[in-house]
Amino acid sequence: MNRLQQLGAASALCVAVLNSTSCMPEQAVVRAAVKDAKARKPAPDFTLKDVNGKPVKLSDYKGKVVLLNFWATWCGPCKIEIPWFKEFETTYKNQGFAVLGVAMDDDGWESVKPYISEKQVNYRVVVGTEQVSVLYGDVESLPTTFVIDREGRIASVHIGLISKGDYANEIKTLLGTGGIVEGKPATAGY
Amino acid sequence: MTLTPPLTVSGKPGATVSAKVHARMREGYHCNSNTPSDEYLIPLKVTWTPGAFQIAGVKYPKPTLEKFPFSEKPLSIYSGQFDIVTDFKIPADAKPGQSTVTGKVKYQACDDRSCLPPKTLEVQFPIVIE
Repeated sequence: MNRLQQLGAASALCVAVLNSTSCMPEQAVVRAAVKDAKARKPAPDFTLKDVNGKPVKLSDYKGKVVLLNFWATWCGPCKIEIPWFKEFETTYKNQGFAVLGVAMDDDGWESVKPYISEKQVNYRVVVGTEQVSVLYGDVESLPTTFVIDREGRIASVHIGLISKGDYANEIKTLLGTGGIVEGKPATAGY
Repeated sequence: MTLTPPLTVSGKPGATVSAKVHARMREGYHCNSNTPSDEYLIPLKVTWTPGAFQIAGVKYPKPTLEKFPFSEKPLSIYSGQFDIVTDFKIPADAKPGQSTVTGKVKYQACDDRSCLPPKTLEVQFPIVIE
């Protein structure tokens, strides 16, 4: 799939999942803000295995804000985000937040296991499948990250690298401790 | 990436012939060189099924070192247009005629914000034995 097709797929996902065009990657770069709650669509559920072979079901995270990050060991921009996500996991874990990494390496744990060990990844990682990729709009371009609210709805999508601050903003908004909702002023604490 | 193999390559039995595969990256994209800066990055790699011919060597172009918003240090990459040259040795006892050589080019491309999965393209061209 070429870049234009990817953007097309991403756009289709935006329409299908969020019923909005505001998750286009170009816009995500300049303005990271979660969608208004009424405009959010449910995050497709899936079950994948973690490094210990234990099943991880996305819907089990209901009640938490989840940063669902599709990545791969060969992806340079993904590597930059890992320390950010480790910090988010530590900082916001007790407020009902979790990072879930979905590694898209073709050889699965063979590459992913040593990588997450070396990087001392402190959040849960699963190995993705084609089916899960399709559920989320045929994820090809990495990183692709979905920020999911406590009700299991997709609040924002980011294709490609955005800033750490933009992610922090969205997490704080969804946790109710600050940040920006599209079309609304920043709440107290931001 | 788009690849253009040579239309044809020719040589006499016992000779070594060079085949140039021209590569062109899409605007704004780069791929890792054959010697990436990081062990986890996927290198550009050409593999041939040479048939009766022997591979005498593969010459990759000189990479450029470029810093990206996502890289802590400069990365060894190819962008724009470049050539990969492979030398094939024609056996001394080869009979005049034509044989098709097939190969695969594996690469992994990124722009300055995101990366695409590794991809393998097939190339083929004829070697004419004079």
